[in-house]
Amino acid sequence: MTPLLEARNVTKLFGGGGIRKKPGTVALHDFSFRVDAEPPTITAIVGESGSGKTTLARLLLGLAAPTSGEVLYRGKDLRQLTTEDRHRFLRDVQVIFQDPYEVYNPFYKVDHVLETPVKKFHLAPTREKARELIEETLNAVGLRPDETLGRHPHQLSGGQRQRIMVARALLLQPRLIIADEPVSMVDASLRATILESLRQLHLKFSISILYITHDLTTAYQIGQNILVMYRGEVAEVGDVDLVVKQPRHPYTQLLIQSIPQADPTHPWQGHELPTNGSAPAAGAAHCTFVDRCPYAMDICRRQTPPLFRTDEHRAVACFLYKESPRLAGTDLEQVLATAAPAETIPA
Amino acid sequence: MGLSSRHSVTLSPRPATRPILSVRDLVVHYHTSRGAVQAVNGVSFDIAEGERLGLVGESGSGKSTIALALLRLIRPPGRIESGEIVLDDVDLLSLDEEEMRQVRLARIALVAQGAMNSLNPVLRVKEQIRDGLHDHAAELSGRAFDDRVYELLHSVGLRRDVADMFPHELSGGMKQRVCMAIAISLRPTLIIADEPTSALDVVVQRQVMDTLLKVQEELGAAIILIGHDMGLMAQVVDRVGIMYAGNLAEVSPVADLFRTPLHPYSDLLIASLPSFEVKGAFQGIPGLPPSLLNRPVGCSFRARCPRAFERCATVEPRLREVQPERLVSCHLY
Repeated sequence: MTPLLEARNVTKLFGGGGIRKKPGTVALHDFSFRVDAEPPTITAIVGESGSGKTTLARLLLGLAAPTSGEVLYRGKDLRQLTTEDRHRFLRDVQVIFQDPYEVYNPFYKVDHVLETPVKKFHLAPTREKARELIEETLNAVGLRPDETLGRHPHQLSGGQRQRIMVARALLLQPRLIIADEPVSMVDASLRATILESLRQLHLKFSISILYITHDLTTAYQIGQNILVMYRGEVAEVGDVDLVVKQPRHPYTQLLIQSIPQADPTHPWQGHELPTNGSAPAAGAAHCTFVDRCPYAMDICRRQTPPLFRTDEHRAVACFLYKESPRLAGTDLEQVLATAAPAETIPA
Repeated sequence: MGLSSRHSVTLSPRPATRPILSVRDLVVHYHTSRGAVQAVNGVSFDIAEGERLGLVGESGSGKSTIALALLRLIRPPGRIESGEIVLDDVDLLSLDEEEMRQVRLARIALVAQGAMNSLNPVLRVKEQIRDGLHDHAAELSGRAFDDRVYELLHSVGLRRDVADMFPHELSGGMKQRVCMAIAISLRPTLIIADEPTSALDVVVQRQVMDTLLKVQEELGAAIILIGHDMGLMAQVVDRVGIMYAGNLAEVSPVADLFRTPLHPYSDLLIASLPSFEVKGAFQGIPGLPPSLLNRPVGCSFRARCPRAFERCATVEPRLREVQPERLVSCHLY
């Protein structure tokens, strides 16, 4: 089956070139990933700033073009879609951005962001039907239409605005929602509500979700699968329980230990261990984490680690696991669990 | 490093030292064309020598306003309407502007949110540290000054060659450390850290927090850590004050708060925190904080409170000690 959306050996460089032929910044390096239309999944993509997670989102949305490699929508290059396919793509793939304050035009009432897609995609035959559809959708994300419609963005809280964005995405009945840090600018008590509405969309409407975040805790809570990114490459990928409970990549381990747990009896760990030896020679192939890795070996400075399949549902890009079989090609799907979501997540 | 000794502090009963800072009935309003925004509405708390107090709350709960009020840096349209801020027996609100200027940095230092962006881009790190030292009459000559700069950089975990660098040559975490070095340069007795790590990645946050706590311990200074990250609070502070709509809802020792939150808001807030223990169940707090322009009569949390009763609608609860060392403003107790 043709995947819904696929990144194939995508590399994205920023800057560089010019007269002095400076090397650019590698935001994403030889990255392959795909989302199938069926069964719907929730995949969390986790990384710190500079890990390439937002670049990935922009590439998948067609907002940026890869330097090399290709992004395919139902098997067709995103940059060469026919008008008809593009229309379909814009419906199938929706996005929720980080900042619920910036996406609104302050001069329009919030109704505008909901009415526009209804008009553009002819979702309702009459004004009354349109209104009905919008109200239904708002209810689905836990907003009361009479408290939201007819207001200007500044009259609503960040949490409400973000949920309107979820509603807008839902209106189009997409196959995939790419949510780029949807809760990082929202207060703690509202965060849970927004994540819950995303999860409900997945369960009720069978929508796949790519949840992009720096926050491993929420990634763990909402995701089935997780990709841990480090400097534009996948460090560890697989079943979220495996990766979070027994992290294998030294970077994932550091990341998880560094999270301050909301439990005073659970001591804070994550002191960065002293690194083992020197940084690799410039330009040489090497593991991107080698300069911070306490377990670095010679081979890490000479070669880029491929993904080793350490468990049935996990692969790790680290030579510590070189006894495990290599993941054939770059097909992450082999390790990503595709079990039906409704059964695995308690309602 | 810092953490092991911290735990001994939390587990043993706190020594009955007199507070170095005492805030009483602090009221701060922002005067807008639509009326007075009651950002801080009668807040009282104490902090003991060397203590770590956390102030948590959602945006608009008044926590950063308190930080600015303690430094008397509230600018119009904001104004400190009433209250007392007593630091080492001196009421800061009674000082004139010049006296207060001497207190800042020398006695109370601020490490602000995104402080790293407050560094001057065209001055070397050394020169930025010099500003504070010179301004507060610590006249140091060439060599002694350099030594003091290196010492300060060393205590925040930076190499000495950072002294001659410009801010753009430093990473976010390093810049935040430079700001800490400036903050501690005059050995303050109180450090106010307003979301000092919220702009940093989690691994760097860990390192920067460790450094902050280490210098705080070395100085014997008290610290007020302001933020919204309950995880960070759980790991770092001795006591937590939970702010809601300009009031303190609860002030409790950190272990007690997480074990048995007393105020319904604390309870819901802690229940809404994501953790690695429970999966898939997201429980937020329904409703929204009240408008601070026309504060409701009675308890400000009433509309969202699952345990509200008649009294909450008419009488505003006051912060009272309901168990040893635990203060709550709620009619349930």
